[in-house]
Amino acid sequence: MEPRRVCLQCTIVLLLALAGGCEADAQHGESNSSPTTADSRQTADPRSGYAYQSADTQALQDDAFANPGTLWLDQGESLWQRTPEHSDGPGKSCGDCHDDAGAGLAASMRGVALRYPALDQDTGVLINLEGRINRCRTEQQQLPAFEWESEALLALTTLVANRSQGLTLNRSISAELQPFFDAGRNYFYTRRGQMNLACNQCHEQYAGQMLRGDRLSEGHGNGYPTYRLQWQTVGSLQRRLRFCNVGVRAEPHDYGAPEYLNLELFLQWRGEGLRVESPAVRR
Amino acid sequence: MNTVTPKMRIAVPSPARKGAEIEIKTLISHPMESGFRRDQRGEQIPRNILTRFECHFYPSGNVPSGNPDPNPERLVFACDLHPGMAANPFISFFARATVSGQFLFRWIDQHGALFTARRDLQVSDAG
Repeated sequence: MEPRRVCLQCTIVLLLALAGGCEADAQHGESNSSPTTADSRQTADPRSGYAYQSADTQALQDDAFANPGTLWLDQGESLWQRTPEHSDGPGKSCGDCHDDAGAGLAASMRGVALRYPALDQDTGVLINLEGRINRCRTEQQQLPAFEWESEALLALTTLVANRSQGLTLNRSISAELQPFFDAGRNYFYTRRGQMNLACNQCHEQYAGQMLRGDRLSEGHGNGYPTYRLQWQTVGSLQRRLRFCNVGVRAEPHDYGAPEYLNLELFLQWRGEGLRVESPAVRR
Repeated sequence: MNTVTPKMRIAVPSPARKGAEIEIKTLISHPMESGFRRDQRGEQIPRNILTRFECHFYPSGNVPSGNPDPNPERLVFACDLHPGMAANPFISFFARATVSGQFLFRWIDQHGALFTARRDLQVSDAG
């Protein structure tokens, strides 16, 4: 028994050392470091995940033709114009409500991605871009909601997010959003999973360093939906968050879970000053 | 991208100067499933790949309609695709612009399904 206990202690010490020289009093599941206040960003000069990619990956994102995310953009544009057929005649396409004549396809969506997740006044909980698109679909178009992470939902989300490309994240947190924001911030600074790691340990303390073959980014969401070479497809921010959860061996939440919506809100605030890149390309 | 009908993006720099080398770029959405991967239940995911890409060029006035049988004399570029290739294959190649006409692009998957697209090329004598 005795040697084994020593080993276990060694392992914990090693894990703590790996986790970034945190204080020995950091306990499982407890907040790792004191969170920032809502008026001061943790990262004064945030760098997009783009800065942490190889030159090849950056070139792929910058090439307006070869960026594979544009395939989803194209699909989003055709879905945007599609008029649903109901038994009592044609319904409304996205463009029927949202397009000004001559302004260009989905031009009215410019800036929209900066405002989500937002508080849904009907239900009193957060709703993100995907949720908002599905709300339009069920209420305005009388069609069944898209499944999370379905090709069609990714395509439309990519289209809407792309229309904000180049705009700067500048999210202010109103009083009614404060509880959701606080929950998201707490999530970010809370250790979880078998590895007992919090988001900030990789994405703030060790950003820019190598995690085996991968370079850790600052964990911003300004490129989502993003084409990830590892996925060989476009994926949502929540897919990426689930992937992080699995990475630290924590149980991922369901798509659309309040934990992720809160975290999305926090991340958007945290990325102030970054430009929207959707669809970005990441390793 | 696992849609029934793939999305394609094709860039042909047109108009082009006579005699100029032009770069033609193509991108098609396809999962290119290698057949070697297994799903979460441990069952093999069946192979699903494109096996062939071809580009033909027909001068103006000679452009066939529909889906013509490939004419070897009109072939500009072709390549075979294999299971190790990434999803959504991006293929680019160079050609010399001689006369105006139309490019026909063909992708063929392992089941023989054919996906085609056409792009015009205008060649100017100027310069």
